[in-house]
Amino acid sequence: MDLLMSSVSQGLLWSIMAIGVYLTYRILDVADLTAEGSFPLGAAICTSLIVNGVAPWLATMAAVIGGMAAGFISGYLHTKWNVPALLSGIITMTGLYSINLRIMGQANLTLLGEETLIRTVQSWGLTSTNAVLVVGLLAAAGVILLLHLFFHTEIGLAIRSTGDNNEMSEANGIRIHAMKIIGFMIGNGLISMSGALLAQNNGYADISMGIGTIVIGLASIIIGEVFFRHVTLAKRLATIVVGSVIYRLLLLLVLEMNVNPQDLKLFSAILLALALGLPAIQSRLPKNKKQRTRKKAKAKGGALSWMQR
Amino acid sequence: MDAALELKQIHKIFEAGTVNENHVLKGIDFTVQKGDFITVIGGNGAGKSTFLNSIAGSFPVDEGTILLDGQDITHTPAYERAAHISRVFQDAKMGTATRLTIEENLAVAWNRGKKRRFAWGIKEAQRKVFKEELEKLDLGLEDRLKMEVGLLSGGQRQALTLLMATLVDPKLLLLDEHTAALDPKTSQMVLDLTDRIVQEKQLTTLMITHNMEHAIQYGNRLIMMNNGQIVVDVSGDEKQQLTVPDLLALFKQNSGNAVMEDALLLS
Repeated sequence: MDLLMSSVSQGLLWSIMAIGVYLTYRILDVADLTAEGSFPLGAAICTSLIVNGVAPWLATMAAVIGGMAAGFISGYLHTKWNVPALLSGIITMTGLYSINLRIMGQANLTLLGEETLIRTVQSWGLTSTNAVLVVGLLAAAGVILLLHLFFHTEIGLAIRSTGDNNEMSEANGIRIHAMKIIGFMIGNGLISMSGALLAQNNGYADISMGIGTIVIGLASIIIGEVFFRHVTLAKRLATIVVGSVIYRLLLLLVLEMNVNPQDLKLFSAILLALALGLPAIQSRLPKNKKQRTRKKAKAKGGALSWMQR
Repeated sequence: MDAALELKQIHKIFEAGTVNENHVLKGIDFTVQKGDFITVIGGNGAGKSTFLNSIAGSFPVDEGTILLDGQDITHTPAYERAAHISRVFQDAKMGTATRLTIEENLAVAWNRGKKRRFAWGIKEAQRKVFKEELEKLDLGLEDRLKMEVGLLSGGQRQALTLLMATLVDPKLLLLDEHTAALDPKTSQMVLDLTDRIVQEKQLTTLMITHNMEHAIQYGNRLIMMNNGQIVVDVSGDEKQQLTVPDLLALFKQNSGNAVMEDALLLS
């Protein structure tokens, strides 16, 4: 039971990262790998600030700002210098590796005996697991609420429109480069925040904690999309939280089957590959006529909701 | 009458200095009066789309000046020109954001050329205007404000795009074969709608078409492009009296090419 609760609460903290990935991957429609660097960046900024006596909430905010700066660089390279999105992400994350090492001063920085957001909440009289749960719930709910509001403002609409249709957005006077950069910034700010929260939860930051971030984020998004289709933006973000929790539970299940923790990343990669490849695999399998005609009708309509894509 | 748009000696060369060098616009001099509704015809590769795109600012021109309402916009980026110039493309998918709802698309168009802020994206007062405008389209879209545009048909989308392009009166409306991809009936519906909106709002309009009859029927002025230049420019009574055979003869005379494209003949 304890393991279960711990997985759920960890899933909540990870979900902030998945939501950040969602902003670039789905809303802007670009694959941004900056996540692999901005996630540990958040952890690095937050832990080193806390170790140096800064209040945990302030350190977490600083991590968000750091992540936004990282997102700005990727977005700038991508839009103004015409670097393909995949490459601009790789460039930034490679550079961030050194920066993260500099921030931490070493490959691993512990928060042993330091104040963290989790411990602050714990001091209200909660168990450590419940404290993580509270922090995760508050953070996820706050982020979803803010994003829901933001994406219904004029700027938010412009960002969504840019991700959907560049030509149309430009023809309507939207500064598409600026909108993309803002999207990159918010996305990576959230990813960095997730890194900061998880470092406080785990009690340390590690230089290699970013490896596989993007896979975890995408897996959470896809799981959420598979289980819940056709939903509004706010609900979609909530399904990502659910997807992120389900992902953690799957990991727990795998670990319970006595799989070597070293093999977890392989498991994650296979899971994501299967989830992404599912539609293609399905279409190749022989199936009954009824299904095929239904699919054809759907293809003819050509109007799959964007949530299904 | 005031000039709405003036082009002076516009040249556009793609891939200059390479083996693929393509001199598309060759010194275009062209003045549009306020309220003109000009149809643009010409064979494939005549430079019609490049002509419109250079006005909209999709790319910088290599030579010449573009004046909009007396203001030099030659070096103004497309998103700034969009404040005054709106466009409808041939591909219905290009004019709308499919994952946004009808009202969200209209809200994006509402802010064309304005600074976008943190203000709420769609206000109740706007929604009322959207409904009224959609009612005029007579497509029943006014009851589907919250429907994703991706679910609409090509004709509905193109009608919506047209509405978006004219929601805030542009100084110049550019239509690039905006009915070419539609079936004949829908095409006629969108054309009639275009004509109605342009007349009602007295919009200065440039419309590329492949259809000679449409080119004659609509607008008060007609230009024909060939090989990067404007070779025919007729307006007023002279245009009203044009027939398709006249146009074909003009085309032959000006291009020195008797073999007309099927697309031009058949449409």
